[in-house]
Amino acid sequence: MKKEEFAEGLRDGIPICLGYLSVSFAYGMMAVNSGMPIWSTVLISLSNLTSAGQFAGTNLILAGGTFLEIAMTTFIINIRYFLMSLTMSQKVEQKMTMPQRLGISFGITDEIFAVSMQHPRELTASYMAGLIATPVAGWTAGTFFGGVLTSLMPQIISNALNIALYGMFIAIIIPPAREQKAVLFTVVLAIIMSVAFTYVPVLTLLSGGWGIILITIIVSAITAWLFPMKEEKEEVS
Amino acid sequence: MTVTYILISIAIMAGMTYLIRVLPMAIFRKKIESPFIRSFLNYVPYSVLAAMTFPAIFSCTGSVPSAWGGCIVAILLAYWRRGLLTVAVGASAAVLIIQLIGF
Repeated sequence: MKKEEFAEGLRDGIPICLGYLSVSFAYGMMAVNSGMPIWSTVLISLSNLTSAGQFAGTNLILAGGTFLEIAMTTFIINIRYFLMSLTMSQKVEQKMTMPQRLGISFGITDEIFAVSMQHPRELTASYMAGLIATPVAGWTAGTFFGGVLTSLMPQIISNALNIALYGMFIAIIIPPAREQKAVLFTVVLAIIMSVAFTYVPVLTLLSGGWGIILITIIVSAITAWLFPMKEEKEEVS
Repeated sequence: MTVTYILISIAIMAGMTYLIRVLPMAIFRKKIESPFIRSFLNYVPYSVLAAMTFPAIFSCTGSVPSAWGGCIVAILLAYWRRGLLTVAVGASAAVLIIQLIGF
């Protein structure tokens, strides 16, 4: 375990942790309000570490859904992590051991993935452990307090914090889009497709997990075909 | 809603989510050589984040004007290369101010 790498990971996890606090707080409130025991919401947050997937799962539990329904819904909503994990597998250091790989895989969320992709060097297990620890703490604690303090958070504060995670995503995609035409092209095309998938009647049938996956695959493939990367650029020192 | 039912459901959710996350990481232990796949994976973060942010960001704050305000502030701060935390807090502050004003 390298201390500096771990500390750097912890630090990079702080903005994610802040964003997670408000979202998980809302989740805890919603779930406990609807009749879930507090211990179960905390256990779900700790073991799932995902927003949409566990919200849907919780709703199914509350509705008395079958185990097959719960499994299929979780699969479809979370299938995007498959692509993220594949992408991340190419950025972790080559000497990372199998147990370490199995460990850091647990922490692949949209936000942790996003920040790890922005990291200027190869990903070490120590850095990832730190980057995962802060958000897990925020996600779990937020759920607990949300469940306990049901409805104490003023609506206006929770509204404002809801945009925090999107703000972080914007901070990640805009600077490289300024510099690389290919990234700008990727971002613009993905936005156009995403808007279409949200508003064009036939396409909305595919919204949710599959929509994001489809957009990601199509847009990345088109960009990779139009703007293949030069080999040196990818080398990480 | 028995405790057993809840526990099994949670185990299924957690197991399925972990399986999706761990398979690629466990299988692809070597660098992929194909230039196309490498380029493809290089662009994945940008397409997935852009698609997740837009248009969802415009309906996340409970009022459309505040969401637009927060989004524009975030884009400007990001364009000026501020850090993640600054952009996230700036966007939240913009939403809060716009909602306090009454939008």
